[in-house]
Amino acid sequence: MILSRNFVKDYIDLDDSLSIEQIAEDMTRIGNEYDYAGKFISCTNLVVGKVISCVNHPDSDHLHVCKVDIKTEVLDIVCGAPNVKEGIKVIVALNGAQLPGGVIKKGMIRGMESNGMICSIEELGLDSKYLKEEDKTGIAILDDDAPIGEDALKYLGWDDETIDFELTANRGDLLSIIGMAYELGALYDKKVKDINLNYEEINNNINDEFSIEVNTDNCSLFLAKKVIDVTIKESPDFIKNRLMASGIRPINNVVDISNYVMLETGQPLHFYDADELGNKLIVRMANDNEKLVTLDNNERTLSSSDIVISTDAEAVGLAGVMGGITTEVTSKTKNVIIESAIFDGVKVRKTSKKILRSEASNRFEKGLDSKRTYMAINRACHLLEKYANAKVYKGICEYNNVDDSDKKITIKYSNINDVLGSNISNDEILEVFRKLGFTYESDEDKAVVCIPSRRLDINIKEDLIEEVSRIYGVDNIESTLPKIGEVNNVYDNTNRLIRYKMSSLGLNETLTYVLVNDKDSHMFTNNLYEEIKLLDPITEDRNTLRYSVLQSLFKVYDYNKAHNNKDVSLFEIGKGFAKNDNNYIEEEKLACLMSGNYIYEVGNDKKIDFYVIKGVLEELLDYLGYKDRYTIKESCNIPKEFHPYQCADIIVNGKNVGIIGKLHPNVSKDVFVFEINLSLLKQIRVGSIKFKEINKYPQVKKDMAFVVDKNITSDEMLREIKKSGGKMVSDVNIFDIYEGENIGSTNKSIAFNVTFEDYTRTLTDNEVMDVFNKIISDIEKKFNAKLRSM
Amino acid sequence: MDIKQQAAIIKEEFENKINEVKSLKELNDLKIGYLGKKGPIFEFSSMIKDAPDKKEFGIVMNDLKNSVNTKIEELKSKFEQEELDKKLQSEKIDLTFPSTKIKKGSIHPLNRTIEEIEDIFISMGYEVVDGPELETDEFCFERLNLPEGHPARDMQDSFYISEKDLLRTQTSAVQARTMLKYEGKKPIRMICVGKTYRREDDATHSHQFNQVEGLVIDKKENNVSLSDLKGTLEVFMKRMLGENTNLRFRPSYFPFTEPSYEVDVTCFKCKGKGCNLCKDTGWIELLGSGIVHPNVLKMNGYDPEEYSGFAFGTGIDRLAMFKYGITDMRYLYQNDIRFLKQFDRRDID
Repeated sequence: MILSRNFVKDYIDLDDSLSIEQIAEDMTRIGNEYDYAGKFISCTNLVVGKVISCVNHPDSDHLHVCKVDIKTEVLDIVCGAPNVKEGIKVIVALNGAQLPGGVIKKGMIRGMESNGMICSIEELGLDSKYLKEEDKTGIAILDDDAPIGEDALKYLGWDDETIDFELTANRGDLLSIIGMAYELGALYDKKVKDINLNYEEINNNINDEFSIEVNTDNCSLFLAKKVIDVTIKESPDFIKNRLMASGIRPINNVVDISNYVMLETGQPLHFYDADELGNKLIVRMANDNEKLVTLDNNERTLSSSDIVISTDAEAVGLAGVMGGITTEVTSKTKNVIIESAIFDGVKVRKTSKKILRSEASNRFEKGLDSKRTYMAINRACHLLEKYANAKVYKGICEYNNVDDSDKKITIKYSNINDVLGSNISNDEILEVFRKLGFTYESDEDKAVVCIPSRRLDINIKEDLIEEVSRIYGVDNIESTLPKIGEVNNVYDNTNRLIRYKMSSLGLNETLTYVLVNDKDSHMFTNNLYEEIKLLDPITEDRNTLRYSVLQSLFKVYDYNKAHNNKDVSLFEIGKGFAKNDNNYIEEEKLACLMSGNYIYEVGNDKKIDFYVIKGVLEELLDYLGYKDRYTIKESCNIPKEFHPYQCADIIVNGKNVGIIGKLHPNVSKDVFVFEINLSLLKQIRVGSIKFKEINKYPQVKKDMAFVVDKNITSDEMLREIKKSGGKMVSDVNIFDIYEGENIGSTNKSIAFNVTFEDYTRTLTDNEVMDVFNKIISDIEKKFNAKLRSM
Repeated sequence: MDIKQQAAIIKEEFENKINEVKSLKELNDLKIGYLGKKGPIFEFSSMIKDAPDKKEFGIVMNDLKNSVNTKIEELKSKFEQEELDKKLQSEKIDLTFPSTKIKKGSIHPLNRTIEEIEDIFISMGYEVVDGPELETDEFCFERLNLPEGHPARDMQDSFYISEKDLLRTQTSAVQARTMLKYEGKKPIRMICVGKTYRREDDATHSHQFNQVEGLVIDKKENNVSLSDLKGTLEVFMKRMLGENTNLRFRPSYFPFTEPSYEVDVTCFKCKGKGCNLCKDTGWIELLGSGIVHPNVLKMNGYDPEEYSGFAFGTGIDRLAMFKYGITDMRYLYQNDIRFLKQFDRRDID
């Protein structure tokens, strides 16, 4: 909503000393933000002048040398406009004048002195949508009675100032000059002036020849009046100027009046050419596939959710959105039916979203005050009579289903102070209501406030409390902290610990988008779930919710590779989504991707391989408390993006919680990844750290090496050694692995270091050897292994 | 010659020889030469059988042996020390040579900012709760007093995945979930931090962004009020943005709070003097807040006659950008290693 200062001055006396910027700031403080505050036309030093002589420039084929009387002096000005001539009144930009194109300075133009500029309308910076052809091609020629020497913007009525407000959705009342006047009145403690609704009525009565019918609940109020014998012409300057300042292009006096009244009252009107209409208007829901050609000459196909205004025969308008072309007011129109109505805001919004969002539809959406519906139709009659020579019929066609009984809210003063945490006196509270123009009855501890119908946003006592805080000023309320009552201060810091662990292990944390391309959503997984697609994506690149976070990391890897960034190791904790039957799955995942170097040592860098990323995984799982409770197991269901022989499932407590492996060389070379389903992992409980007594008796360490088939995993053997050794074996480590021709090409040799100990005594050599030999024979039997001499 | 003289001659001869010794090997040879089977000391000791006074001979003999041994050991340790010194000298290295390094990791600046926010509220006794990113209409809108057709729903164009399900447009959805969890009985003091999604994407809006939401509800006798909201947000903002940050509460409209306020903070860039970031106003609009609407309390199981509270929310991306001086929002989601690597150390407030 653009507020014109000249316009609102009709309804409230604002101090001239208040700058428009100050008003905008003050309005902001009470909740009305703005985008722009300043002059309507931001030019300076413009006066009305008279061209008293005009001769051709001796040195040019199109320039003229003019003498221009500006009352205080006569200026020599060189002018290039084709339409400049002696005797006309013009707009003169004086030396130092600021125009949108720059500052005007005295100077010589082809040897002739020029002490200013004669301006076209376009040069003043009037928005291009208001410009006529002649405003661009030549200088502006003012009326003969323009007073020489006067401020030209004042003469034109363009000395206006405007504020472009960004209003909140609940303040439909402020989409009107009168509403703004009330708001400014509350701010500056000024009274709002009455609106002139007077007009004469002729003897004809509309009800004798015209009727209305409302066939839908989506119209709560419908009024129609008739005026005849209108003269279509240009509007008076003040109407044109105020419309332009408010962002609306003037058309002709009748159309302009309909817009002018909408700006003033907030109530959109529609004017029909009465002679094209017949004698009845019906408000109804459209039929599916019903057609209507709207004002902009487009054929619209309607549906049963659109409200239409129709005659007996056909629809003539889309309620609240746009009129039909057949009944449009044209330059030939003589007689007019004025419609002023309230339609359902939700329906209007839906229709306008399909067709056109307009000043009118916006006002219907935000809600209208029925008193203004009546006010607007009478104001239109007043203005049409005055500026279009209209004769107004007696009577009104009226359908009114609005509950317009007064809203009364009872509020305790203590309640206001409790909610605000303030100490505002009763008198100060009542003062706020008075400034807002609310009437009230009050006693010692409460007030019964009567809410004016214009304030559709005030319905409960909390709304009134907000009004008090607005006008009293939030800055005047002190700051405190809530009293600490019973507190349930729990915080799961697992993710934070994971982030710090992963970071300390050398990985960079990323933050990626959840929305991905549907083609990528299943990468790096073999899940059978259905992906979740957006109904209405912005781009195809982001039309689906990801299931795997790995694919996001892979995109980041690709990006960095393309930018020549080396040694990319990344991790991210994020959600993955999928659909299973009719259930949505939302799981938290930790993804990790590693490539390039891991340890830097001059001439001896350590590249990342499977065992490095496995180390990172184990380091993390150990840290989270899952030590000795996990294993990785060759996966039998390897996603196609993985290396078929370097990929495993991550098993914690017997549960498959993720995948680890090298990427398939077809996908990328030497990239290693893992992903853990954190939602699953976190379900596996971990206890707190429990101290274990340090053994007072010595440990015995013994080595053993076996030659086994390559397909036997070291982990299987390790577990078997522990199992076979029983409780005497406290630790087993692998310290060597060897493959070579001398032990057979299908074999490998693995060497273990076994620790024996007992917490109650020193073990004897014989005891240890017994167990040692048992382990060897068990391993040889179970894995068809051969002990290798050490 | 008596034996003492003989011993003295041997000793002198030995001392002359040992003074010539230049290396451990020569010393070893000398040691074998003197103390070995055919050496002079052995020969000398074999004279004991002819000695008149065997006791005296024994003493002289021992003195001689000891003296020779001591000399040898002294010289030996001198040589060993020299050898060790030489070895250590050979181990001299270029101390400025590059160290062995493990790759360096980092924490994303947005998560660092989130942690800072969490810590501020944890210190004030708040619970940190989590909620789904895939939400229903019911929790994202309806239970927050935004019934279908409400004009405020237009403000938040959403990513729907079905008629009723969408990616949450605001962390406020967690308000309702938390209230239901506490069944209208317990006081609430929580924040929720997380990803949110809106159907817009341009230079200053990412379709995915992060919000923090706060909710405090308590019995009427504890009277959670606007002044408490003011104080809380002042603590929050001053700790995040610096002690000199001022707050401006502007009345506004949100369906889930009444009264509602937008909160501006002193412009981070110009400190309030006016600049292009704050459009010369000196203020940056940062938070939405207000007193929880009685309908929201009611709909989620809290009796508005018995309980009251406040709620607030803000975007985190802009806070993170300010905190680290990040010039373009796109850096946050581009994940260029050259960007990520810069966040590899502790933060100083």
